[in-house]
Amino acid sequence: MKMPEPDAEVIARRADIARALGRIVPGEGVIDDDAALRAYESDGLTAYRQPPMIAVLPETVAQVSAILGYCHEEGIKVVPRGAGTSLSGGALPLADGILLGLGKFNRILDIDYANRCAVVQPGVANLAISQAVEAAGFYYAPDPSSQIACSIGGNVAENAGGVHCLKYGLTTNNLLGVELVLMDGEVVRIGGRHLDSAGYDLLGVITGSEGLLGVITEVTVRILPRPPSARAVLIGFPSAESAGDCVAGVIGAGIVPGGMEMMDNPAINAAEDFVSAGYPRDAAALLIVELDGPEVEVDHLVERVAGIAREFGATSIRVSEDEDERVNFWAGRKSAFPAVGRISPDYYCMDGTIPRRRLPEVLGRMAAMSEDFGLRVANVFHAGDGNLHPLILYDANNPGELEKAEAFGEAILRLCVEVGGVLTGEHGVGVEKRDLMGTMFSDEDLRQQQRLKCAFDPEQLLNPGKVFPILHRCAELGRVHIHGGQTRFPDIPRF
Amino acid sequence: METLRPTDESQAIEAVGWACAGGHGLELVSGGTKRTLGSPGEAAARLDLSGLAGIALYEPEELVLTAGPGTALSEIAARLAQHGQALAFEPPDLGPLLGADEGRATLGGCIAANLSGPRRVKAGAARDHFLGVRAVSGRGALFKSGGRVVKNVTGYDLCKLLAGSWGTLAAMTEITVKVLPAAEKLRTVLVYGLDDEAGIAAMTRALGGPFEVSGAAHLPAGIAPLSGVGRVREPGTSVTALRIEGPEPSVLARTETLRALFADHAIDELHGHNSAAFWREVGDARFHAAAGEEIVWRLSVPPADGASVAGRIAGELEARAFYDWGGGLVWLALPRAPEDAGAGAVRRAVGPTGGRAPPPRAPAGARSRGPAARCAARSARPAATRRGSARRKTRGAACRRSTRNRPGWRR
Repeated sequence: MKMPEPDAEVIARRADIARALGRIVPGEGVIDDDAALRAYESDGLTAYRQPPMIAVLPETVAQVSAILGYCHEEGIKVVPRGAGTSLSGGALPLADGILLGLGKFNRILDIDYANRCAVVQPGVANLAISQAVEAAGFYYAPDPSSQIACSIGGNVAENAGGVHCLKYGLTTNNLLGVELVLMDGEVVRIGGRHLDSAGYDLLGVITGSEGLLGVITEVTVRILPRPPSARAVLIGFPSAESAGDCVAGVIGAGIVPGGMEMMDNPAINAAEDFVSAGYPRDAAALLIVELDGPEVEVDHLVERVAGIAREFGATSIRVSEDEDERVNFWAGRKSAFPAVGRISPDYYCMDGTIPRRRLPEVLGRMAAMSEDFGLRVANVFHAGDGNLHPLILYDANNPGELEKAEAFGEAILRLCVEVGGVLTGEHGVGVEKRDLMGTMFSDEDLRQQQRLKCAFDPEQLLNPGKVFPILHRCAELGRVHIHGGQTRFPDIPRF
Repeated sequence: METLRPTDESQAIEAVGWACAGGHGLELVSGGTKRTLGSPGEAAARLDLSGLAGIALYEPEELVLTAGPGTALSEIAARLAQHGQALAFEPPDLGPLLGADEGRATLGGCIAANLSGPRRVKAGAARDHFLGVRAVSGRGALFKSGGRVVKNVTGYDLCKLLAGSWGTLAAMTEITVKVLPAAEKLRTVLVYGLDDEAGIAAMTRALGGPFEVSGAAHLPAGIAPLSGVGRVREPGTSVTALRIEGPEPSVLARTETLRALFADHAIDELHGHNSAAFWREVGDARFHAAAGEEIVWRLSVPPADGASVAGRIAGELEARAFYDWGGGLVWLALPRAPEDAGAGAVRRAVGPTGGRAPPPRAPAGARSRGPAARCAARSARPAATRRGSARRKTRGAACRRSTRNRPGWRR
């Protein structure tokens, strides 16, 4: 993975920079010891590693502002980091950059039940918000698998999803406001406790901007009344086609389940070996459909979903009878990644989205690719919204196998785009899918996005090397003519 | 003013390219129903996108629809209804409120203004259902953003930026939205006789409980008699309305528990037909439509602050308000507004809450005055003409096309 060329002049000033940062964040907030920096060398995408030049852990907004102002003045690159659970390398450090860790921003500032929102610092874990409002009968809806660990600031940066997106939306649909520090140190507030803002929807643009536009220092999220009951239905199918048809049938019948997940046979067996959730081992595909709401609604919809499943040839149907059983049904799905980790030394998790009806075709072509590449693949799938998570199994100790896994992953994502889908549904572009952006977007599409980047960070000091395959200089984006067939600015880095 | 009315995407590119190269400001319109909102633009020409109309793709089982910006919302609603689906954000038809005909509002105008109806409290805003776009930038270059799938975090979400931008950033040529199953059953619980504060408190209780309320509005005693629905109009008192939707057994059960919550109040219930009519009146702000010369503000505030904001303005000016979104949307009519259209009083009341007040509906004479009226220009001027002379020198280079010839198809 090619990253921007480190600036030797900046690295040579490392000790001075650390001293300057130490004046902004006194005590133990500045880390420049090589051994200690190893803790930050990668995020959830462990295939790529690079210790930062210096890590700094501020505790106040004023410190964040001062750090960014200093780095802006001195031309030093900055990589923001929440809990470091990104699966796309969004928080991969730079050899000549500061890693700005927001972990100390871990307080819940206000819970406002009358306005149904919570104001929290960015380092608060996703699940901690739900726990804080649980006693009053509320919760925070987006629930990425890493919700115990991942931070809400990172959720905003990546527009995190989860299994309940189909009904309750992604982070962007559950966010009311943020406080943000721009690269030049300016602190801005966007949104608040009201629903719609006049003027441009900057909140919508910040969400999912992968730490390239600003550093989030406060987040206001919507909280929802917790549904009074939920039941899950486990449905086994003899083929991926019939499971896919059942998903379309449920939605066609006007039912939007709280969650609708699919697993293929390798994933079913890996999960079953790991947690004994009672999954049908012989099924080619398994659906977990969760219905939530008032008891009478849940019972009504469980019946309807079971009826639809029978129509589409389900070979087994089990409905959770109590909360323990529901949780157990989910245990297999939620531990699918570690379960696969047990049957293979390494795995590589992909994240494309496709139009649902193309699923059987995509699964078929993935199986063929699996043979071509000589690597196994297990599939878990947010079936309701078409978000695929193929897990490519490989062994990094075998020379060349990581590269093969990467090539397989790239082929899968190209396939997603080919059938009308997208490169990433919830994990983000980061460094991982950066070089594939051209398969989905034209040069003009990408230039338009980069103009937005330039409006926030014209010197491109915030998280460079992520998202964009070509680092256009901002001054050059206003002019798009190619003279005599020659590309202007031949010195621009193209990764 | 000259009007350019492209009938396909390439003509739209040509039109903006011409405007960019010549430095002509463009005012973007589609159905033209919201032209009395905000300040009258200062554009040299009008780009009428109503010719880019029609549903290009609708896949009910994928919950997705793609259409041109000029497609009438009524056409989309009718097509979706054939499959029991709808736009869940409940796009309002503000035509009658704003002095235009009913039924002319288009998808493009609705998205460009990010307008959402009463279901905003549960289903989100127009921008939350806006999945993908093809658009022409002020440079006359075609770009796309987003896609046709719900779950997508690939690149910046430029759709969000275009939603609510009032045509100031790009000319949309194709819009993809998420659609959802329409509710099978519909009921509305009415609570009578609450003052504004108590009405807001009742809505807060309902929205904070496990009832999945999909609409929460409060009509004070001066407003409720304007309703066309008998049970709202006739009691002659204030009405707090709470909507319940979903599968039949669930709706019946939730309606019952919600009624129990207000057992010590005077209550009643609207069934399907009356409920539908009532929530259309609320979403379209019909209660303020009759008084065509009044200033009408649409204030977005923290829901619990709705009544105090309206009360504070009413302390300074003669005002009539009703509340949607559980108090979070205050529709405020000012019968005898001062020179600034009430902007000062509105700002003093809304400001401390952190809320927002977009430019109001105002008669033509009042629209060119006052800070509030000025704050939303609706002309989409290319970036090249927006700043000073340094930028102007690079104008030709910044534009995608350098032709200064007017498109021949404009008439």
